[in-house]
Amino acid sequence: MKKIIELKNITKAFDGETVLNNISLDIYDNEFLTLLGPSGCGKTTLLRIISGFVQPDDGEIVFMGEDITDVPPHKRNVNTVFQKYALFPHLNVYENVAFPLREKKVPKDEIDKKVKEMLKLVMLSGFEKRNVTSLSGGQQQRVAIARALINHPKVLLLDEPLSALDLKLRKDMQQELKNIQKSTGITFVFVTHDQEEALSMSDTIVVMSEGVIQQIGTPVDIYNEPENAFVADFIGESNIIDGVMIKDGEARFSGQTFPCLDKGFAPKEPVDIVIRPEDVDIVPVEKGMLEGIVTSVTFMGVHYEIIVDVKGFKWMIQTTDFVDVDEHIGIFLEPDAIHVMKKSKYSGMFGDYSSFSDELEQLSVGGNEE
Amino acid sequence: MKKLGKSNSTTRMLLGPYSVWAAIFIIVPLLFIAYYAFTDNNFNFTLENITKFFTATSQITADDGTITEVRTYLMIFMRSLKLAIISTVVCLLMGYPLAYIMARAEEKTQRIMMTLIMIPMWMNFLIRTYAWMTILQDTGIFNSILGFFGIDPVHIIGTEGAVIIGMVYDYFPYMVLPIYSIMAKMDIRLIEAAHDLGCNSIATLRRVIFPLSLPGVMSGITMVLIPSISTFYISQKLGNGKFFLIGDAIEGQYVANNLHFAAAIAFILMIILLVCMGIANYFTSKRVYGGK
Repeated sequence: MKKIIELKNITKAFDGETVLNNISLDIYDNEFLTLLGPSGCGKTTLLRIISGFVQPDDGEIVFMGEDITDVPPHKRNVNTVFQKYALFPHLNVYENVAFPLREKKVPKDEIDKKVKEMLKLVMLSGFEKRNVTSLSGGQQQRVAIARALINHPKVLLLDEPLSALDLKLRKDMQQELKNIQKSTGITFVFVTHDQEEALSMSDTIVVMSEGVIQQIGTPVDIYNEPENAFVADFIGESNIIDGVMIKDGEARFSGQTFPCLDKGFAPKEPVDIVIRPEDVDIVPVEKGMLEGIVTSVTFMGVHYEIIVDVKGFKWMIQTTDFVDVDEHIGIFLEPDAIHVMKKSKYSGMFGDYSSFSDELEQLSVGGNEE
Repeated sequence: MKKLGKSNSTTRMLLGPYSVWAAIFIIVPLLFIAYYAFTDNNFNFTLENITKFFTATSQITADDGTITEVRTYLMIFMRSLKLAIISTVVCLLMGYPLAYIMARAEEKTQRIMMTLIMIPMWMNFLIRTYAWMTILQDTGIFNSILGFFGIDPVHIIGTEGAVIIGMVYDYFPYMVLPIYSIMAKMDIRLIEAAHDLGCNSIATLRRVIFPLSLPGVMSGITMVLIPSISTFYISQKLGNGKFFLIGDAIEGQYVANNLHFAAAIAFILMIILLVCMGIANYFTSKRVYGGK
């Protein structure tokens, strides 16, 4: 695969506060790459550095082999879909989409042909003369996408484009964006704080926290093999337990030794153990590897989400079988349900369900993000 | 959002004081002007005052002694219009870039600039005009400064230029403030979007910022053009009475107790301005919403 953008050692601080700390990232041709992280992690700043609205303090941006660090935004072959669409209110749908072509003095009939083509791609044929302010959020979003794509940029940057849409529309637009990306072959760099969105749309996910890339990988890798406690907690639900790697294929936590698939750690190395709530099997107490008491049960539709107290540590387990509060249950873990991670600065900060308050706090931060 | 008005008793109560004020001091006087314009001294209906505006003539002796007959009030009106338009254009050319820079400046700078623009408005209009007299006189402050640098004095007072300077000085804030308030509210992302879509700074100004600021420009033009077209004091003091303007004509007729004719001139002026503004607004709103 061909590299289209190379970010090399990008550093940026605002008012002395480091927002991006030595970021290096390769973006490949024709991929759907997502920058994922909580608000304030620097993902939007990174996007704006690619579009040219923010100058890095240090580092360089290479675009198709050419250093574009000092090239102004209007001369870069990338276009942006802005968070609140940023459509021009004084122009109708047609003129908004035609806007970049008029700047390039493209002949009239060619503009007409391309605009119609683009509006068809985003399923807005017949909306040409409509006033953009009279459109719904989803329709405005489509106009913004058509306008950003009409120049056939090499890379399309999308800054949380779906955050203003309601859930149903959001799901539809996710699918549609993915289809547009496939059919046009344009590289998409997508910014979001929504991990589900990232998992369902991306070829590559870049997880960021505090201005640092935590992990780069496919959605499956990121979910199944999180690099550290931050990634494990941010992507999906995780029980993260303090443990020790006895030797290859043998991990000890919660006072027991378990067979697992991970290897390559030093003998007796302290580690973080990740166990996804859906990977835990509930069995009768006598057959369990661990024993716990159910402290809460929440019906989620597809499954029950239960919190189980195992020797003072609260686990979250997702199960389709009903268990009752105060019931004693056994826990059984297949070797592949156990994922072992190296200790990091995030160890001990996440993955304990003693209270949901941290979780709620994070959700509300994510929800408030502009 | 719930719309104000319509059978809402609180709204009506809050609007009460202004309604009374507007009725007594705006609506009733306007009706009086119309009434006076179409009546003679005995308050019988007549169109004489109106026709007089368009037909009255007088003779002008040029420097070479030739005498031309002109339609007095039409000529005065055209002169007022010319000076007002020039002043408005000068205000716009100075005010627009200033408003743009102000809106993009840091908050603290914005406040300082705003205060500087407002300070002249804290002084009385008459005093400001007198100050300009002292500055612009042949032996005034301006020429003294020129003299200090060894430059010959310039004759300014009593020229159209002096009148324009006076008008620009007085009405400049009314041009800057509406444009500034629109610019300050403008979504920065629209400007970024223009850059992103291939516009350099000039194209962004031409294709996005200017069209979006048109409502501010229009209200700026309205707020400068209208008072400057009907101004009367500035022309007397800074023009040495040589540039009799339509406002001076109204004042003159009023002072001479020709109330009916004074009302007629005021009435015609008002109608012309209303029509002009109507046309201008029609074209602005078309540009703002229709696209191409």
